[in-house]
Amino acid sequence: MTRLILSRLAQIAVTAAILSLCAFLLIALMPGDPIDLAIAGDPRLTTEDAARLRALHGLDQPLMARYLAWAGAVLQGNFGHSRLFAQPVAQLLGPALLSSVKLLGLALAIAITVGVGLGGLAALKPRLAPAVQGLALFAQAVPSFWLGLLLIILFAVQLGWLPAGGDGGLSFLVLPVATLAFAHLASYARHAASALTAAMGEPHIRTARAHGAGEGRLLWRHALPNAGVPLLTIAALDAGALVSGALITETIFARPGMGKLIYDAVMGNDFNLALLALLVVAIMTMLATLAADLAQRWLDPRLSR
Amino acid sequence: MTGGMRAGLLLLAALGLAAIAAPLAADWLGHDPFLPDLFNRFEPLSAAHPLGTDDLGRDLLLRLLYGARVSLVVGLMAALAATLIGTVVGLLAAWRGGWIDAALMRLADGLLALPALPLLVILAALDPAVVGLPRGEAAADILRIAALLAAFGWVGVARLVRATALSVLAQDFVRAARAMGVGEGRILLRHVLPQLAAPIAIATALAVGGAVLAESVLSFLGLGIAPPAPSWGNMLANAQELIFQAPLAALWPGLAILLTVLGCNLVADGVARRR
Repeated sequence: MTRLILSRLAQIAVTAAILSLCAFLLIALMPGDPIDLAIAGDPRLTTEDAARLRALHGLDQPLMARYLAWAGAVLQGNFGHSRLFAQPVAQLLGPALLSSVKLLGLALAIAITVGVGLGGLAALKPRLAPAVQGLALFAQAVPSFWLGLLLIILFAVQLGWLPAGGDGGLSFLVLPVATLAFAHLASYARHAASALTAAMGEPHIRTARAHGAGEGRLLWRHALPNAGVPLLTIAALDAGALVSGALITETIFARPGMGKLIYDAVMGNDFNLALLALLVVAIMTMLATLAADLAQRWLDPRLSR
Repeated sequence: MTGGMRAGLLLLAALGLAAIAAPLAADWLGHDPFLPDLFNRFEPLSAAHPLGTDDLGRDLLLRLLYGARVSLVVGLMAALAATLIGTVVGLLAAWRGGWIDAALMRLADGLLALPALPLLVILAALDPAVVGLPRGEAAADILRIAALLAAFGWVGVARLVRATALSVLAQDFVRAARAMGVGEGRILLRHVLPQLAAPIAIATALAVGGAVLAESVLSFLGLGIAPPAPSWGNMLANAQELIFQAPLAALWPGLAILLTVLGCNLVADGVARRR
């Protein structure tokens, strides 16, 4: 078990290192650097000034040397400054991460609760199964940024019940969470329906039924724990998609989370911030996937063998 | 054929036909979807403008149809490229095994574990001229976005193809063919590939839907197909800025994306059930 965790952590570190190298080189290859921008902003800068500035900031070094210097600084906890927000990057990442975790946690909890509830409904009442499958198919196909837009138009513009965007109390969370959760409940509903239907046919369920347990109790107490393991697989596979969804949701609803930070940084040409935020998001996603995998093994020790 | 698959194929056929017939509709309605007409901004639904007009007085139905061409072409190109790469990679991994298999699957795992959209947003914002692509024109945008989406889309295809190819390669008829001296290339192309038709079809259908969705997201964020060329994503971005003046304009492009993705998923589902 310890070996597994260590090797997975090593994999995450290697992936993050390769990702940072590729992204850094791609960004560095772009024409124009901060000194060019400074020249554009201040015409009095001479060519000698520009050359001196480049040497001062190490921009005249070869690409690999620049990457190593950057990576070394990041590993020592020196994330540099954001040009766009004129703040240290580290100070930007903390609040953004917190905001995203709040949005993602709530949306995930609601997606799993509603999805598994719908799946259980389909397993208990086979007549309702096609309706649940249909709803899941529909939910999977709805573009979430469109759903968010429609929710804003209906609840914020027409009815005026909820804020259209921004950050604040609980009312600011309702629409983004609903948007994100709707997109993700589909896969939980589909897999819960098939896993629960399969689990309801197992011998231990028949035994419990013969002992006189009610159908609802059979489903939630006896079938769900067994069906929970494949559902965790879905959760693990879903982590990346959920984070992607957060970028769209945060951008539409103007929530100051990691997704919007990356988007704003990209749009504002602040690639140091974008790169660091991307790395944080990628590492968090991979750690979440690892956590789901470990939980799965803990729940079903047969997987470890 | 299941009812769902029939419905899916019908949906996709209708959308494809509508995209092809866009110039006919333009002739018939007598508007130019690219020409601003500032005296007819925000027209309501009418016979002349079945879906009304946008902030520049351009007909929304025609822009929707021309947008279908862009969105569907990007989706198809990205999905076909992803299928081609994924099939080759999956087949190679299953056939050679060993360190090639391990290396390719590690790469696939790595790509799959990363959050795709934040990465795509950064990559889409990079200057295409650096890697030798022209910039600025609609055709260049289409190529750039399709290439980006294919670079991430092959992973799902490769995993599905590899899993099926592994089980096919272990079957007796493959061993019999090998024992009779059939060459490896012929075994892969004549004996293994046809068995992979169903998983490849499923993966392609899902990839088309995924690519159409991803293109619309990128265009919505202003990083995909740039206006004035219409795509469903940038039409929605435009509609978002006008939700007070023309709330209905946000409805149609999203509905078109929804129907496309739904059609693709229904087809994939139908193929999966037939196996």
